[in-house]
Amino acid sequence: MVDQTTQAAAEARQGAQAHKQRMRTILQVAGMLPVLILLAIFFQVTTDRFMSWQNISIVAQQAAINIVLAAGMTFVILTAGIDLSVGSILAASAMIAIIASHIPEWGILGIPAALGMGLAFGLANGILIAAMRLPPFIVTLGSLTAVRGVARLMGEDTTVFNPELPFAWIGNGVILPIPALNFPGIPWLVIIALAVVLISWIVLRRTVLGNRIYAVGGNPDAARLAGIKVWQILLFVYATSGLLAGLGGVMSAARLYAANGLQLGQSYELDAIAAVILGGTSFTGGIGSIWGTLIGALIIAMLTNGLILLGISDIWQYIIKGLVIIGAVALDRYRLREGGRT
Amino acid sequence: MSEAATGEAPELEMRGIGKTFGAIRALTDVTCTFYRGEVHALMGENGAGKSTLMKILSGAYQADPGGEIRLKGRPVTINGPLAGRRAGIAVIYQELSLAPNLTVAENVFLGDEKSRMGLIDRRAMEAAVKPLLERLNAPFSPAARVASLSLAERQLVEIARALAENPRILVMDEPTTALSAREAERLFGIIRQLKAEGIAIVYISHRMSEVYELADRVSVLRDGKLVGTLAKDEVKAETIVRMMVGRELSSFYTKKHSAPAGDRKVVLEVEGISDGRLIKDCSFTVSAGEVVGLSGLVGSGRTELARLIYGADPKTKGRVLVDGRECRIGSPQDAVDSGIVYLTEDRKALGLFLDMTIRENIGLGVLDEDSFAGGLLNLRAARERAAKAIQALGIRTLSPGVTAGALSGGNQQKVLLARLLETKPRVLLLDEPTRGIDVGAKSQIYQIIDDLARAGAAILVISSELPELVGISDRALVMRDGRIVGEVQGSAEQPITQEAIMALATLTEDSKAA
Repeated sequence: MVDQTTQAAAEARQGAQAHKQRMRTILQVAGMLPVLILLAIFFQVTTDRFMSWQNISIVAQQAAINIVLAAGMTFVILTAGIDLSVGSILAASAMIAIIASHIPEWGILGIPAALGMGLAFGLANGILIAAMRLPPFIVTLGSLTAVRGVARLMGEDTTVFNPELPFAWIGNGVILPIPALNFPGIPWLVIIALAVVLISWIVLRRTVLGNRIYAVGGNPDAARLAGIKVWQILLFVYATSGLLAGLGGVMSAARLYAANGLQLGQSYELDAIAAVILGGTSFTGGIGSIWGTLIGALIIAMLTNGLILLGISDIWQYIIKGLVIIGAVALDRYRLREGGRT
Repeated sequence: MSEAATGEAPELEMRGIGKTFGAIRALTDVTCTFYRGEVHALMGENGAGKSTLMKILSGAYQADPGGEIRLKGRPVTINGPLAGRRAGIAVIYQELSLAPNLTVAENVFLGDEKSRMGLIDRRAMEAAVKPLLERLNAPFSPAARVASLSLAERQLVEIARALAENPRILVMDEPTTALSAREAERLFGIIRQLKAEGIAIVYISHRMSEVYELADRVSVLRDGKLVGTLAKDEVKAETIVRMMVGRELSSFYTKKHSAPAGDRKVVLEVEGISDGRLIKDCSFTVSAGEVVGLSGLVGSGRTELARLIYGADPKTKGRVLVDGRECRIGSPQDAVDSGIVYLTEDRKALGLFLDMTIRENIGLGVLDEDSFAGGLLNLRAARERAAKAIQALGIRTLSPGVTAGALSGGNQQKVLLARLLETKPRVLLLDEPTRGIDVGAKSQIYQIIDDLARAGAAILVISSELPELVGISDRALVMRDGRIVGEVQGSAEQPITQEAIMALATLTEDSKAA
């Protein structure tokens, strides 16, 4: 009798716990979604053409490369790390993509060349961080500078072009255009970005590897004691970040038919980090989701686009963007603290 | 009946185990056997080598060549955490080693996740964890996130994780450190159940009462060497303490200051303070030269009350008076200015600056006294201050320039205490002043508390160890659910009893059960 009541009570408590758990997860994932929606409404009301298919397509394309970089950054930040080198790796990868695309008949090799270069730099970061246990901030700050130099070296500090780029469709092609509805089709850049998000989600949430990434971020000592090879996890996340920066290089090169080692990808790492943080991923590791990152990247792209549509000078765009990022995160932290248990 | 008597091969044998780190010998020639269905307690001061021995068993460290580990008579090599687990040795560490951001099931299977075609199979993990949690009577779901569980509940997760591997040997390192008496009692029940199931249990503890209650045999380590192993009927507190420190227990709880007479001057008065959450309407006084124990189960609000008085958390009601004058305390700085200091229960996280030197840690609260006009530090004054404090409190260190993180727990605690004393407080709120420190340092801390009381300070001591509380207090307050529910007076003829305190602390639950 007593057993039954206690058991019923325990089950009720478990049910309530599970419910709270679900709510918290939803809150975490949805986090910035209201901000995204409010921004969209605001820009639609003030500019009147913000929500057109045409403009949405432009916003999505602008967001695409940052989404890919930020996806890699999400892996890294989930382990409580940081990758400052993605902008430079993107530039170097874009350079090699354009240079390799000049190979007669085999111009398509520009793609694997860029991916390989990104992966190689990512692995180099990963080895220094995972095997030699150097701090990620220092290592990637170093490669931010060094890889930028490599990118300039490759084109002898000039801009490289290929007007006949064999994989230009990646940057400019669309699928499923419906002219009757004035629907411009879905750009390949957007397809790629969404595919990266989807794959990242599967890896992070549905695989053993992903679970271990969260474990390493949540408590590295516990992970090590549980027999997880922490260095492998770290190597993986930095390699992934590098690989995705390489993919970003392909996307960027394909869009522009050109690459410039000096200018391309400057401060892209900051936009990627901003997207991840806006998306609710914790800088201390272990907490966050790829969907949050997607929303974060969309907020940044939408803000840029909307402010341009409003005709605000780019000086003010910088100031507003910075303040919105800080404000949004402050709001988020405040809300989480209110809801959190003491 | 343990198999020690039946002459069967021991479950686990360690022979001639040694371990050196650089020039330091952590373990020397340790030989020890563990039988199934037996609780074998491992005791020793901090730094005696218990944790190192345990890490060798778990595979976190490798023993130096020459030693041998045998399982059921067969020699084995344990060269990593996974090898230890495969050999059937499960370890529950003192610092809970869970990932708080993951669920209970994910933590239980961490490093050994169930998967189907590379995809993680959470449902299977949760299904496998459910019976384990039922076996432990755990009141939470396998899908609960660890961050949402209490410390005692997290401990159950650790045990579930250990049991998931069907271990033959279970090593527990001070498992009750963070538990209340009641939670500890529940844990002992679980340990007895596991023992009855035939698991060999290695139980590392500082607490004599637990060892009495649980252990079938006790081994004592000192300075990396095994001093001896006692059978249950040979276990006596005096013997164990002597083996651990080479000293007698007689002067263990010193109380030389006399309990204050009724007319002694009241120093601290707390009137009806509440925090709007847990603490409700608490009032009490502490007189000059008096040591008042604050008891209660974990979660009853002891630490919260102390933090409230100290201004670390905002209070919604009530007032605090020192020497009859009301103090408006809105922050810890206000409290220090009013002569109140608080020793945190978590010295590493909330107390010390582990990367700073002893000198810097000691002088931190009184930097204006040790600086010239204009804010430039007077290093000579700071050094003198540190040297004096090191001498006064008996801090064992080569130099005041050593970082606090390099000290043992007991010496760290003394450094922290030194910092508080430098502000010349009238009132000391000491929260678990002897947590996680060895027997020798404990008795020194008791001595310091006693000396402070004799010098006229008003002292409130929070402790989860009832023998300690009873031993050092003149009077004990008991908290339950955020209220002070009773007071136990002690006198020379009729000292405070643990039973009286426990009765007050657990009253409601007992009456419910009746």
